[in-house]
Amino acid sequence: KPASVKLLLNGGEKITFPLKNGYFAFQGIPAGTHLIEVSAPGFFFSPLRVDVSARLHGQVRASLVETGRVLSGNLVLEPMRQEQYFEKREPFSVLGLLKSPMGLMVAFMLIAVVVLPKLMDNIDPEEMKKIQEEMRNRPSPSFSNLLQGARS
Amino acid sequence: MGSWRRWVLAPALLLVVLAACDAIYEDQVGLWDWHQEYIGKVTHAVFQTASGKKRVIVATEKSVVASLNLRSGEIFWRQVLEESEPIDGLQVALGKYAVSLSRGGSLRSFHLPDGSLIWETSLYTSPSPAQLFLLPSDDLLVLKQGIVYVVSSADGRLLWTADLLDERLAQTSLSFEGKNIYVAGFSGSSIALFRIDASTGAFTTLKTTEPLNPSSFVLSSGVFAALDTQGDIVTGLMEGEVVELQKTSLATLLDSPVSSAQLLPDKIPGGCVLSTDGGSIFVLGLDKKGVEVLQQIQGPAVVSNSIVLDGTFAQSFLQRVNSKEIRVRVLSGKEWIETAEETVEVDPNKGGVQKVFMNAYIKTDRSRGFRVLIVGQDHSLALLQQGKVVWSREEALASVVDTLTAELPLEKAGVSVAEVEHDLYEWLKGHVLRLKSTLMLATAEEQTALQALRLNNADKTKMTRDHNGFRKLIVVLTSSGKLFALHTGNGGIVWSRFIPELSTKGSLKLYPWRIPHKHVDENPVALVLGSSHDGTGFAAWVDMLTGSVQETLALPYSVKLALALPLVDSSERRLHLLIDDQNKAHLYPTSDESLSLFEKYMQNVYFYIADKGAGQIEGYNIKSQIDSGEEGGLVFLSQKIWSVLFPKDSETIAAITTRRADEMVHTQAKVLGNRDVWYKYLNKNMVFVATVTPQDSRVGAANPEETWLVAYLIDSVTGQILHRVSHAHAQGPVHAVFSENWVVYCYFNVRNHRHEMSVLEVYDKSADGKDVLQLMLGRYNASVPFSSFSPRNLEVKGQSYFFPSTVRTMSVTFTARGITGKQILVGTIGNQVIALDKRFLDPRRSADPTPMEREEGVIPLSEGLPVFPQSYLTHAARVEELRGIISVPARLESTCLVFAYGIDLFFTRTAPSRTYDSLTEDFSYALLLITIVVLVVAIAVSMVLSQRKELREKWK
Repeated sequence: KPASVKLLLNGGEKITFPLKNGYFAFQGIPAGTHLIEVSAPGFFFSPLRVDVSARLHGQVRASLVETGRVLSGNLVLEPMRQEQYFEKREPFSVLGLLKSPMGLMVAFMLIAVVVLPKLMDNIDPEEMKKIQEEMRNRPSPSFSNLLQGARS
Repeated sequence: MGSWRRWVLAPALLLVVLAACDAIYEDQVGLWDWHQEYIGKVTHAVFQTASGKKRVIVATEKSVVASLNLRSGEIFWRQVLEESEPIDGLQVALGKYAVSLSRGGSLRSFHLPDGSLIWETSLYTSPSPAQLFLLPSDDLLVLKQGIVYVVSSADGRLLWTADLLDERLAQTSLSFEGKNIYVAGFSGSSIALFRIDASTGAFTTLKTTEPLNPSSFVLSSGVFAALDTQGDIVTGLMEGEVVELQKTSLATLLDSPVSSAQLLPDKIPGGCVLSTDGGSIFVLGLDKKGVEVLQQIQGPAVVSNSIVLDGTFAQSFLQRVNSKEIRVRVLSGKEWIETAEETVEVDPNKGGVQKVFMNAYIKTDRSRGFRVLIVGQDHSLALLQQGKVVWSREEALASVVDTLTAELPLEKAGVSVAEVEHDLYEWLKGHVLRLKSTLMLATAEEQTALQALRLNNADKTKMTRDHNGFRKLIVVLTSSGKLFALHTGNGGIVWSRFIPELSTKGSLKLYPWRIPHKHVDENPVALVLGSSHDGTGFAAWVDMLTGSVQETLALPYSVKLALALPLVDSSERRLHLLIDDQNKAHLYPTSDESLSLFEKYMQNVYFYIADKGAGQIEGYNIKSQIDSGEEGGLVFLSQKIWSVLFPKDSETIAAITTRRADEMVHTQAKVLGNRDVWYKYLNKNMVFVATVTPQDSRVGAANPEETWLVAYLIDSVTGQILHRVSHAHAQGPVHAVFSENWVVYCYFNVRNHRHEMSVLEVYDKSADGKDVLQLMLGRYNASVPFSSFSPRNLEVKGQSYFFPSTVRTMSVTFTARGITGKQILVGTIGNQVIALDKRFLDPRRSADPTPMEREEGVIPLSEGLPVFPQSYLTHAARVEELRGIISVPARLESTCLVFAYGIDLFFTRTAPSRTYDSLTEDFSYALLLITIVVLVVAIAVSMVLSQRKELREKWK
């Protein structure tokens, strides 16, 4: 909407609005260096440095402050980028659901229910016996021992 | 082992930093934020009722041109012009352009339907008051101190100009009659009269038969009328070369002795309006023969503009009947007969009527009706029609000067069962809808129903305290002297109170007088300090929950400074010291209890007074109590103990900032990546002062080589300058925020022609070399009383960055315990609020941070501060002419409430480190419930299955 676009000179000292065809003009500006800023909802414009020459009858030299690019010929201001003020809401997806803590919980449960018994099945019955014997021989590891074991 | 962890951590941390801009989804707009648009006190209004949409075009004190819906008062469009240049005139030309004249000489034409700019003409550049008229040919005429400009309304072309006089006319009046334009002006010593040809601009200077020294004068339909100092009314017809003056004594004309009178500048064709000091208003008819009284209105009245009705004219007069009622009288026709009279009941809380604009319309029964637009003393705007207030706008809210927040009362126990059931049903319905929408099953209607449900959550606007501390009252003081309480839920006005004794000139401030903690049932009280109409101080105590004024007090002195002391008396009233212009301190409340409390504390009271004009800051303490004389009260004498004088020719004070007294700091220590501990220098008496090289304020004019900004950190108790740093090529305006142990300030770099933001962090190095345990228990602990007199070894770190926008105002977030990270709230020239993470303003940033620093979360240095679109707190909204940003901690540690005011008001909340201590608003409880149910079912099923399996195994 052009009606909501505003151009400000030197921090709001002078204000103008673009016409319907997009042209804008500041009138009665003394010679010197000025700063033009653009306020346009939804767009980011670089401030524009304008040097108005006193000797050369108001010759104007303009450059973009952010990038340092010198504008030649007509002053055409282009937005540097479009501003997206809002985060995009991710559409619902099964993967997203799975990634959520609850989804992870369910997935872990499923794994625990389905896969772990299978693992147990895969272990050789003889080896199983061996392990069980070892377990009997050793004193049952307490929780703190386990923690220490993990740390070392 | 630690190194790999670091390498993993560093990018992860960086990601966290970049993602920490607390953005919202588009459908969350309006959920907990609100935006209200205002225009300010109306100075000009033009009705536009002929065709299409009925509207009124207004211009306001805030330099806003707006088009309002005449039926509802809503804003169709508005344009905010230069803040420093008031709008001198407003006209509607050709029935489709709204033309405004700014003080700086810009004539702008806006398209009526949408407010877009059609043309703009700069007539002159020296700012001076002028008047704008619409000629019968639909062209525009600007009269500026004796220079006439006529401009075509179609394209803004200057048709002709006439410089009537070398001298500048202080007071002018103008009228049209046929092809001629008549101008009367008063240059301070004599009257000058002119007749101008409307089409060419050729003018003749008219002479008067005798010299005149009028007190007031008016031109009407080619007749000149003036009041001279002898109490005579002088009239003359503007014909020929010489105007023949006729004198009539006022006393004989009005049939009563008159000591002083004035001709009002309001225009009546073929007449004028005279008001006398008795308050009566006379309508005088002027013609060739002389002057006659047409109508007389007893008592003070406000006169509207005159409108044309069937070839004659009508005008309305508003009179106050009593505090609640206004009488509207409409006089019209050649004889000025009263054609309509209505008595309208208005809100007594609006003060008097200051301006009236009248408009006529045809009723359905083809009779003529009148509507009037009134501007109240409290800046409010209201439309009266058929004896009723059709709509009103609280335009005082466009000029907020100070704010306070008040906690709402606690929720009373005993909610009815039906209500709970209803709530439960609503709650369930909401969640079912939300679940549907997440699973994308909801239809479009259900989507809108859900959105409406979310926006109009009844919980939001309850008048009780909530668990998270989001529901509060924002008490705002406006420059009109009216107080409002806004609910943080939806911005609704809970109460408003107009205090007519408060003068609109001078400073107005709000102080928390009593914030009850022990006596929770009692209401918090705010102290309003301002000046009364005779220039001395004025204080009012206002209940913050109901808005009732408990007490008012006209102070016999003017208040220079008010200090809230950290002392409360037994009824939890905070002790305040008011410093008068002779630097005497007055203690309030004036009770024996407060005196005894204060006497114990007296030697610890220090204050400072900054005089920007003289360029000095002086520190004082309290010496002794003195006899207050007949005024009464508790008065103390202060004495100057230090002063800092800035060299006047090279430094003027641009900004002074201190820490907020109620700021919470969680920890004094800052642990670095290499396990070193730095101690923040948390001195509540530290004052940041920035001075700039004096010059004319225009940005373009300064010589970049000769401008400096010097930043000082001064201890306000001892007057010691703790730190001084200067920036070359810097220029004001300077904005600064001070929080914990750091200051962030911004200024304009003239050489690079960019805005810069700098940070200073102060660390206490005198604690170095001591181990942590010793510090926790020893004398460098933050809980140990702090003394400004103990010597410190300070280290100040600073860094500067570019910022891509002009800064209007700056603030910082405050949270309940100070644990959460900080955001700097920057109000930009585009009237938006940016939340900038403090980590970007960390003086320890370097181009290539060491792994240790990376682990700590230090961001690599960049020359500019990044502004992410998601970090705009105001998202797509604009807070026109943003003047202040207030942040208030919620009870929830992660969250901070932000209130921004300018012409508009905006409220939102922000979580600088994300809402780590609560579930997000759109957390799906239903999904959680379903998961639990599914899990329980799964457990039950698997239990049965496993039992069966076991059974089968046993049978084997």
